Amino acid sequence: MPLTRQEVEHIAELAKLALSQEEIERFQEQLSAILDYAAVLQRLDTEAIPPTAQVIELRNVMRADEVSPSLPVEDVLGNAPSRRDSFFCVPPVIEVAP
Amino acid sequence: MELTSLTILEAGRLLRRGEVSAVELTESALDRIVAVDNQVRAFLTLTPEFALEQARAADERLAAARRSGEEDLPALLGIPMAIKDVLCTEGVPTTCGSRILEGFLPPYDATVVERLERAGYVLLGKTNTDEFAMGSSTENSAYFPTRNPWDLSRVPGGSSGGSAAAVAAHEALGALGTDTGGSVRQPAALCGVVGLKPTYGRVSRYGLVAFASSLDQVGTLTRDVADSALLLSIIAGHDVRDSTCVDLPVPSYLEALSPEIAGLRIGVPEEYFGPGMDPGVEATVRQALRQLETLGAQLEPVSLPHTSYALPVYYLIAPAEASSNLARYDGVKYGHAAPGADELWELYKRTRGEGFGAEVKRRTMLGTYALSAGYYDAFYLKAQKVRTLIRQDFDRAFEKVDVLAAPTSPTVAFPIGARVEDPLQMYLSDIYTLSLNLAGLCGISVPCGFVDGLPVGLQILGRAFDEATILRVAYAYEQSTPWHTCHPNLSVGQGVDPAGS
Repeated sequence: MPLTRQEVEHIAELAKLALSQEEIERFQEQLSAILDYAAVLQRLDTEAIPPTAQVIELRNVMRADEVSPSLPVEDVLGNAPSRRDSFFCVPPVIEVAP
Repeated sequence: MELTSLTILEAGRLLRRGEVSAVELTESALDRIVAVDNQVRAFLTLTPEFALEQARAADERLAAARRSGEEDLPALLGIPMAIKDVLCTEGVPTTCGSRILEGFLPPYDATVVERLERAGYVLLGKTNTDEFAMGSSTENSAYFPTRNPWDLSRVPGGSSGGSAAAVAAHEALGALGTDTGGSVRQPAALCGVVGLKPTYGRVSRYGLVAFASSLDQVGTLTRDVADSALLLSIIAGHDVRDSTCVDLPVPSYLEALSPEIAGLRIGVPEEYFGPGMDPGVEATVRQALRQLETLGAQLEPVSLPHTSYALPVYYLIAPAEASSNLARYDGVKYGHAAPGADELWELYKRTRGEGFGAEVKRRTMLGTYALSAGYYDAFYLKAQKVRTLIRQDFDRAFEKVDVLAAPTSPTVAFPIGARVEDPLQMYLSDIYTLSLNLAGLCGISVPCGFVDGLPVGLQILGRAFDEATILRVAYAYEQSTPWHTCHPNLSVGQGVDPAGS
C-alpha cells in the first residue's frame, strides 16, 4: 500500500526534517517500496513470541555513586553554533510580549 | 620487505628488536598515504603531526626499555593505525561522514581509542564512512566515495569502507571500524582483509556516535587473523561508562589461536547459499568449506529458517533506533546550525534538512514511521518479535555445532554508482551479515579467494562471547591458504600480486 503525500509530510513533521518537494516525492515512492517489502513479516504468526529489544541479559546496571570530574564547561560549549556565557543559545521558544 | 606491508605483530617485533623505529614506520605509512590516497580516498582527516609526536614518544619508550631490559611493553607501541570517523577522538575532527558534524571536535576519546592509546598506538587519521554508518558502499559519505584498492572503479563496501581500504592499500597497519549490520565484515570481504565483529557487549561503545544502539559494535580490520586477536584483546572488556558492556573476563585471544581444528563441528547454513548469490562467490566459498574439512573439521548442514526475514527486520529496527538517536542533531549543541532560523522548530527542521544526506533522511523517515502511533505494533513490535525467532534459529544451530561458516557477501565489490539509486538493492549487500547483529553474536570475515581479481570473504559466525573459537577457525583456514599474502597492486592499477611472486 503506497504512502500518501500527506503521510510523508506528516512523518517529516514528526522527524523534524525540512524536505524539498522533490524529496517528498522520492521518499513517497522509496518508503512505499521498502514498507511493501517489510510486509512479508506479516506472514509469520508471532502471537506467542516475546519481542527482543536487546540481546544481553543485563538489567538495571548500577554503579557506585561517586563524585568524579565532569568535562570542562569550556570544552563542552566549544562546539556550540551559538553560545552566551555558559549557555547554549536558541531562537525564542515562547512568544515575546510586544 | 616494505614497512607498510607488515602486519602489526611483525612490525611490533621489528620495533622491539630496534630494527626499525616508530618514526620510520609512521613516516613510511604517511608516505604511502601521500602516494596512494588520492586514488583510494580512505581518509577524511589526516593527523601527521600528532602521529609523528606519538611515534617519537614510542621511540623514547622503546629506547628506555632497551636500556633497562624491560620486556613488558604496551602491545601497540609505535604501530600506525586508522580509526573510523564515527569514533570520538579528543580534539581531532569526528564527522561521521556527515555535513551535520562538519568541524565537530570531540571533547573526549571513545573508550576504544583510549585503550589503543594506552597500548601505544599511533593515530594516522580518521577514515571515511557512509554517513552515520548507514550504507554498504561508503558512497553515502557526504564528502566523497572511497575506492576499492583492488579496482578503483568499484566500491570498498561499507560502512567501514575507509578503514577496510586503508588496511588493504597498506596505508595503515590496522584499523577500527563499527558493525551494525555487517559494516566491518562486508567491507573486509570486499577489500580482501580480515574483519572482526565482536559479540554485543564485548567492547565498550562509549564515544561511538550511536546509530542503532541494540546492534552497534566496534570491530577491527587487519591484514591477518592474529592481528585481529591482538586488537580484540586490547579493546575488549568492561567499561563503567557503557552500561551495555558486559563485565566478563577477557581471554588472551592470541594464545587461543591454533592451526588445529580437527574434530571441530562447523555448521553450514543452507539459507546462506540462496538466490541472488554470485556463482563465482558460491564456488569460492564452497572451496573454502572443503579446505576446512581437509583440516579435519566436521561440516554439518544446518538450517536458520528465518534468515529471509532478517533484512526486513533489520530495516525496521535499525532505522527506528536511528531516528531516535539522531534526534540529538538539532543545531544547538554542536555541528551545523541553519542560519537565520527565528523559531526553534524551524531551526531543528532546517538544520536537519540541510545537514543530513539522502540515506540518513530516508532511514530517519522510515524509523519515525515504524515507531509512530498506529504503526508501532504492525512494524516495530512485529520486527522485534521476529528478531526473537532469528535468535532462536542460532540457539538451535549452536546446540549442534561449534561455529557456522558462510559467505560474507553475496557478491564481490560492485561498481561505484551501481546501486545508489535503488536502496533495496543496496540493502541486499548485507543479507548474510545482518542476522548476526540481530542475534548479538560474534563473526569474522577472512579472505578466501578471488573472482575476476576481486576478493571474496569467508564468514565464521560464533556463539556469544566465543570470539576465541571463531578466531581459531579463521586462523587455521588462513594459515593453510595463501590469500592473506595477496595485496592489491595500486601502482599499476589492478590485479593480484601474491607476496614473494
